[in-house]
Amino acid sequence: MLLAIPGLSQDLLQELARQAEPSTVYTSATFKGTRLVNGQSIETKGKGALEFIFQHRFGRINSGAYEFFGLDQAFVRLGLEYGITDRLGAGFGRNSEDKTMDVYLRYKVLRQSTGKINMPVTLTAFGMAAVKNSPRTEDASYAIQFEDRLSYTGQLLIARKFTSALSFQFMPTFVHKNTVDASIEKNDQALLGIGGRVKITRSVALTAEYYHRLSVPAGNPYYNPIGFGVDIETGGHVFQLVFTNTRGLTERAFLTETTGDFFNGDIHFGFNITRTFQLKKKK
Amino acid sequence: MKKYWFVIALTFPFLLNAQRFITEKSSVVFFSKAAIEDITAQNIKAIGIFDIGSGEIAFSIPVNEFVFAKSLMQEHFNEKYLETEKFPKSTFQGKVSGFQAGAQGSQLVHATGKLTIHGITKEVDIQGSAEKEKDHLTIKTKFIVVLGDYGIARPQLLWQNIAEQVEVTIEFTFKPYEK
Repeated sequence: MLLAIPGLSQDLLQELARQAEPSTVYTSATFKGTRLVNGQSIETKGKGALEFIFQHRFGRINSGAYEFFGLDQAFVRLGLEYGITDRLGAGFGRNSEDKTMDVYLRYKVLRQSTGKINMPVTLTAFGMAAVKNSPRTEDASYAIQFEDRLSYTGQLLIARKFTSALSFQFMPTFVHKNTVDASIEKNDQALLGIGGRVKITRSVALTAEYYHRLSVPAGNPYYNPIGFGVDIETGGHVFQLVFTNTRGLTERAFLTETTGDFFNGDIHFGFNITRTFQLKKKK
Repeated sequence: MKKYWFVIALTFPFLLNAQRFITEKSSVVFFSKAAIEDITAQNIKAIGIFDIGSGEIAFSIPVNEFVFAKSLMQEHFNEKYLETEKFPKSTFQGKVSGFQAGAQGSQLVHATGKLTIHGITKEVDIQGSAEKEKDHLTIKTKFIVVLGDYGIARPQLLWQNIAEQVEVTIEFTFKPYEK
């Protein structure tokens, strides 16, 4: 009898494994934040969660001691994002650069999962509209209309969490600007972005992000945005320290109007700080 | 003699099948009381099996099915503390003693066995109650889990939100198991 008992309890656990209904396990926390570095990540806020985001970029590190290595300048975006459902989020914000206001929606179309439903990637659709409020109508050198200030960004964010430490994201992106200087850029611009993160401890991760602009006209003075970051998470806060060649904090600005040459030292230090508040309890 | 045991070992599980009970519904609640906030989460996806004849019991809890009031907390629970991707299930296997299958009404029982959380297995002795009503059987228990015993590290920075000891309340309703 004594011999049989250990074997028996093993049987019971195995029996349970057979009994278990096949379920789907969805991957969570592919990235720590809703921003990878400058751009968006596939992450949505959970239902009823409100995220306050404070994004800040200093001036260029190579601007010298007079500018205190960039720290004398500041570019800021303040924003809010709310989780309407676990998969649908809405947000808005204002960026001091070009005095831009933005509103956006994101929706998780596919969720990476294993089990009953096997899905290799998470796909989030992201759409933003933005109004560039600078310059003022009376200060503009031409008769500027409201429509001239508008731009739109559409993105498919596709990510896979390969291991709990390693995630990659691929971002086909389309930007439409209503009014451009046709000598240097087009109204419609396409980009391919790639990014990823490596978790070093359970609260700290390294991130990188690069967008490649496709078919850029000759004479375009802008650069492809590139950024590296460190994510530090403490409870409801995520701190992202970033090094990037752009000072823009809305998609139009950093995707299509990045002014720094990263490899020439035009690097802006900055950070994104988020705080999440649960407004509505689940259940 | 050896052969004789072999035959018993083979036939034993078949004989016992009639006395096996399986969960009809379940609830596993964990509660952490700490200075800043009380945290509670419920899981209704646990499954269990109980063999009245031998007293053998086993249950399995899919850790990712704990539902928290705050989604971020749920994410941190899975991602940072229980490491659910690595250790998807918490299990218990052991033996219930003091249970009288014939008796109706509530009776005190206790179970000894192996509790596995976060990939670490500990021998535990858990007090509880069993109540038989017609052919259904309800088992309730409440016990304390010391997070450190199972290699679950609490956050050291900024928040004292999680207690070192959490209270786990389990309630299983069993029905006779038919193959």
